[in-house]
Amino acid sequence: MRKIIDWIEHRTGLETAVRNFLYEDIPASSGWHQIIGSAAVFFFIIQVFTGGLLAFNFAPTPGDSYNSVRYIMTELTGGRLIRGLHHWGASMMLIIVVLHMLQVFLYGAYKKPREATWMIGCVLLLITLVFGLTGYLLPWDNRAYWGTVVTANITGSAPVLGPYLTRLLGSEMGVSRVTFSRFYALHTILLPPLVIILIGIHIYLVRKHGVAPAVGDTAPRRKFFPEQVFKDTVGVAFAFIILFTLAVVADAPLGRLADPTDTAFTPRPEWYFLFLFQTIKFFKGPLEVVGAVVLPGVAVLTLFLVPFIDRGPMVRLGKRTFAFGIAILGILAWSSLTTAAVLTTPPNPEENGLAATSESETSIQAWQHLSPPELQGLALFRKENCKACHPGGGKQGIGPDLTKLPADHRNAAWLVPHFQNPSKVVPGSSMPPVQLKDAELNALSAFVLKLTPDNEGSIMSAPDYVVQGALVYQDNHCNSCHQVAGVGQKLGPALDGVGERHDRAWLEQHFRDPQGTSKGTIMPPYKFSAEDMDALCKYLLQLPKAS
Amino acid sequence: MEETHSHEPAVELSPTRRNFYILFINGAMGLIGIALAIPAAIYLLFPPKARKASQWVKTADLSSLPAGKPTEIAFQRTRADGWQLITEKTTAWVVKQSNNDVVAFMPNCTHLGCAYHWDDASHTFICPCHTSYFSIDGKVLGGPAPRPLDRYAVKIDSGVLEIGPPEAHA
Repeated sequence: MRKIIDWIEHRTGLETAVRNFLYEDIPASSGWHQIIGSAAVFFFIIQVFTGGLLAFNFAPTPGDSYNSVRYIMTELTGGRLIRGLHHWGASMMLIIVVLHMLQVFLYGAYKKPREATWMIGCVLLLITLVFGLTGYLLPWDNRAYWGTVVTANITGSAPVLGPYLTRLLGSEMGVSRVTFSRFYALHTILLPPLVIILIGIHIYLVRKHGVAPAVGDTAPRRKFFPEQVFKDTVGVAFAFIILFTLAVVADAPLGRLADPTDTAFTPRPEWYFLFLFQTIKFFKGPLEVVGAVVLPGVAVLTLFLVPFIDRGPMVRLGKRTFAFGIAILGILAWSSLTTAAVLTTPPNPEENGLAATSESETSIQAWQHLSPPELQGLALFRKENCKACHPGGGKQGIGPDLTKLPADHRNAAWLVPHFQNPSKVVPGSSMPPVQLKDAELNALSAFVLKLTPDNEGSIMSAPDYVVQGALVYQDNHCNSCHQVAGVGQKLGPALDGVGERHDRAWLEQHFRDPQGTSKGTIMPPYKFSAEDMDALCKYLLQLPKAS
Repeated sequence: MEETHSHEPAVELSPTRRNFYILFINGAMGLIGIALAIPAAIYLLFPPKARKASQWVKTADLSSLPAGKPTEIAFQRTRADGWQLITEKTTAWVVKQSNNDVVAFMPNCTHLGCAYHWDDASHTFICPCHTSYFSIDGKVLGGPAPRPLDRYAVKIDSGVLEIGPPEAHA
């Protein structure tokens, strides 16, 4: 063994290099507060490792990326764990990086001659945030897509540079495949080497100037290894246990495939951006750019300039009152903004893209079994914003859980009068009357009666195009001749599974000229607006076969 | 390098303490390494959980197949290709000896996968790549093929031949 090491040492000098690195002198005052930086490096390594593993099975185009993430989560053994490590690792990495920065800030270790180290650290923080941002889009579920739409809009609102940034993001027509490719390239190809180089420079600079000693520390210096390395390892092990536990018990989220036409979805960024999301709400109209770009820009610039703002000599931690004040203020501001964001943003319906069986292309979702009147009911439910008081998903709302209605309420005879005049049917109710026509109230009640705790999540997440299509179907009284899901008349053929028999072009032609397309039919021609035709065709084409 | 490499004696650790630190460092990092390496290996090496791609495909009417003469039939099958279900056209060599005795051979030679064909004159399946040849019931008659022709599972349903998944080879 010794001979092999000697051979390597003689050819490369590796043993000496490692020895010099490990036996670096550090101040006697070094301690537990300085382990956070190593934890950050360690988490970066974990992200690269798990990210690389994910990239082995990831399809880098929008839409297909979603399928591949599903595949990783449900069909590959260990896939759920690897993705979990990567997802929770990203959040933990950000926390650790911020804690590291906080420690350096409080101790004043950014002061001369360590200003360059600090500024590179600031760049590293920003890049960590960009990693989070770019990675967020890649699964291409509703959460990813819509969160990025907001980010792209904010970027586009930047003064002067806005339009150029939009072009760089490929988002002139909204978040697009180009945006996806650029985010993927940044996340996997461009930023990793950049970060590795910057971490290298950062560590080099720490070594060059030495770990910052506490004020007045003149005690004999100690060696980095093994004592400080031991403390680093304890920190790393502790953080890793937390990460691994999270990855095992909590699924990394995967909602439903992104639907750019779904205007009902509330965009949310990742949790660490919620404070910014909330700040923007205070600045309405033309002032929005102040909250979205100017304030954050000023904050980041100030962060960079900290070593030039605070030029005084290093003082004891206990005397850093102003620094502590700023830090506490910052933490309070961030926490309250984040909490406000969480409390005030309406939740989205539970979107669990993993709930379906692994045959995602062939499995039938619960909402696909709804008849056209029931889907019309869902459209009305959304339009009337019933979920404001009946949030569903087991959550406590002002109104009762609609999946658990008592038996005597589970019929149209009770529900329709209740919609028309709630406080008369349920004395003391604060529910406002539902102002809809009778046929619409019937559809709404048919919909409500369909809900069970098991299918609620799927039904509530029925894509918008399906619901709109069902509305066109209902408005044109298609069920006076046709049947869907057992509802309707039998004058014309049942439409279940029509997508397996005919394609879009055939359907459109059939609406325009039924006699020419289907000889002998009594179906009259229909003139639809482009929007209605689109919605109706999409709705019909996804109808599952009759079970 | 400025202040770091001083040559004053640094604080010395007691040997037991030092050994404890080193043991802990190696142990903890070793465990972390294993906790990452094992899931990674499983993730990379275990096959994906089987998806129910349509296993059985209706192909030809039995009556259309000549008895005793291998016929190459083409059919569409869906199979899992990673995260997609793809529909692809594929072929099988079908030999019907009687209405109860039908075999469907997979179209790839068992040597290195080339497409073989039936040669009427020699009454054998011949592979052009390395001249393996097989009898009408798939047995290796010559050439480098290591085993008889692989087969698909077959079943007959109301006079129609259905081809299923590949059978495990002997």
